Amino acid sequence: MIDKRFEGTDQYIATKDLQVAVNAAIVLERPLLVKGEPGTGKTMLAHEVAKALELNLITWHIKSTSTAQQGLYEYDAVSRLRDSQLGDDRVRDIGNYIIPGKLWEAFTADAPTVTLIDEVDKADIEFPNDLLLELDRMEFYVYETKETVRARQRPIIIITSNNEKDLPDAFLRRCFFHYIRFPDKETMKRIVQVHHPDLHESLLKEALEVFFQFREVQGLKKKPSTSELIDWIKLLMVENIPADYLANLDLSKELPPMYGAMLKNEQDVHAFERLRFMQRRM
Amino acid sequence: MFVDFFYLLREAGVPVSTKEFLGFLAAMQARVIEPDVDQFYYLARSTLVKDERFFDPFDKAFAHFFRGAEKFIALTALDIPEEWLKANLERMFTPEELEEIQALGGWEEILRTFRERLAEQEGEHHGGDKWIGTGGRSPYGSGGYNPEGIRIGETGQRRGRAVKVWEQRHYQSLAGNVTLNTRNIKMALRRLRTFTREGVPDELDIDRTIKETARRGVMVDVEMRPARRNNVKVLLFFDIGGSMTPHVKHCEQLFSSARGEFKHLETFYFHNCIYEQVWKDEHRWEGKTKTFEILHKFNRDYRVIIVGDAAMSPYELLQVGGSVDHFNDEPGLAWLTRLRETFPRSVWLNPEPEEDWRFTESIRLIHALFEGRMYPLTLDGLGAAMDVLRRKSGPLPATTLAD
Repeated sequence: MIDKRFEGTDQYIATKDLQVAVNAAIVLERPLLVKGEPGTGKTMLAHEVAKALELNLITWHIKSTSTAQQGLYEYDAVSRLRDSQLGDDRVRDIGNYIIPGKLWEAFTADAPTVTLIDEVDKADIEFPNDLLLELDRMEFYVYETKETVRARQRPIIIITSNNEKDLPDAFLRRCFFHYIRFPDKETMKRIVQVHHPDLHESLLKEALEVFFQFREVQGLKKKPSTSELIDWIKLLMVENIPADYLANLDLSKELPPMYGAMLKNEQDVHAFERLRFMQRRM
Repeated sequence: MFVDFFYLLREAGVPVSTKEFLGFLAAMQARVIEPDVDQFYYLARSTLVKDERFFDPFDKAFAHFFRGAEKFIALTALDIPEEWLKANLERMFTPEELEEIQALGGWEEILRTFRERLAEQEGEHHGGDKWIGTGGRSPYGSGGYNPEGIRIGETGQRRGRAVKVWEQRHYQSLAGNVTLNTRNIKMALRRLRTFTREGVPDELDIDRTIKETARRGVMVDVEMRPARRNNVKVLLFFDIGGSMTPHVKHCEQLFSSARGEFKHLETFYFHNCIYEQVWKDEHRWEGKTKTFEILHKFNRDYRVIIVGDAAMSPYELLQVGGSVDHFNDEPGLAWLTRLRETFPRSVWLNPEPEEDWRFTESIRLIHALFEGRMYPLTLDGLGAAMDVLRRKSGPLPATTLAD
């Protein structure tokens, strides 16, 4: 049982609603599903929760080929076959060929862990359904050795999704849910400040101004998000771009310096060039 | 104590289950939050709502419930029943005020303008004297100064109170009908997958190889199997009649997504309604195909998707010779019936907004013929359509038309 509360860290600004969601998930030992625009810090959240609560982090990155079984354990039959042909003694114990997965690791850790199941929507549509019982009861059965692996202490499970696939209802019912909304200007200011504490106030103000105008451009394929802003500001600082340059920048005439950090594909640069004739600076 | 809230949420269309409700109560009992109404709101949202699309209805329900208004009003919904509005309005005003209202043109006038404004107005509005909002002199809104004002969604004294988080309706844009793009269309189409292993065994079946080898003992026994492929077969019919012009972009997106997603896909074009022949080519007079041939050539396991606005003169559906551009020996409805009988798994996608369907006679006819399997060309509609095409049995989502 973890009696600490998560309130963000010096590297991560957690809004009040996010704190409530994380703490509810910790106290009630339910997985927390986090969604939101790309680049709003979904994956970061798990890292920061682990850091704030001083727990180990176990990450399980999901790919399109991932199966639920891989998170539990895998039976390395090929090694066993080879060993049997070489006459190795290990072959008698099937347990030698059971390779624990990330969830097994989390269940049997000595202290509670934060377990991140990253980008759960990348996997096959059925993937979340295969994990229902495991997440609910925090145990699973190993057929090969006929043992049941039970969580010694329930890990804090954080699941992220980019909304590429709808998740099954049965799975959703077992999770708490938080949608990270794109931060408003105030929060954004605080976020940038924790990343670039030595940033000049005036540059920050102008950069944010340009950034939010950027996001308002219609028809962008990928709107720049928090992580892009932070990268961009870093570049501005490295290049020593003065604040008044940004202040006098007319987006309808030219692209901002280092725009490559914010516009990630060619179509968007074109879209922007086309649109900026029509855009008036607000 | 929150049971009423639970039912209100369900009524508002937020899919909350008992398990989630109990989870929420457990969280309250475990004192996860401090006694603070904002935190209470966050906790309720995080435990009860699992999809950002439902944040907006949730916010509205929450605002209603915890403000204790008489009846839950969907502020943005344009289909507030008139009778109901009237009944409530009449209760709210004193006889003197009612007289003044009569002087201003009466209820009808006010209601009409109210609807117009509601339709015109986009964001929320506070102050001022025209838009629907709060604290202004406009007759539409609440906490205002106009005796013939329409009060929306709240009863308490408004002035001096900060707008609450759930009243800001941040998640309105995330509700439901997200704009279509090729990617999310593809994701929706992807629901319609039936994977099968058919044909030449060209893939090494590792599991079976191991099993067989282990069973027999020493020698490695190689087992092969056919690769897994999406085997769903689809016939796609596009209406390219004149009234479809505004929807060309969405249809193009749907077409290009479908082409990428389904290996067995045949596309045909028609004008307004399907008659004895359809066209293989977009430029309609090329590549004529007899509809009978299609009915015979493709077997019942083909899924049929028809994309069209189904808006035409009822004669085109019901009369011999009713077609606008040729003489048809049989009415359109006969052909549609045949198609529907040959391909039981067929749906109609209609790019027109769902609320307008009921006004068009021909849409009503086709909707009835398709037993409600007509869906709007939105992400939700597309999803529902794919579910219908995929499932073999069980209750299927159908749309209904109000009278």
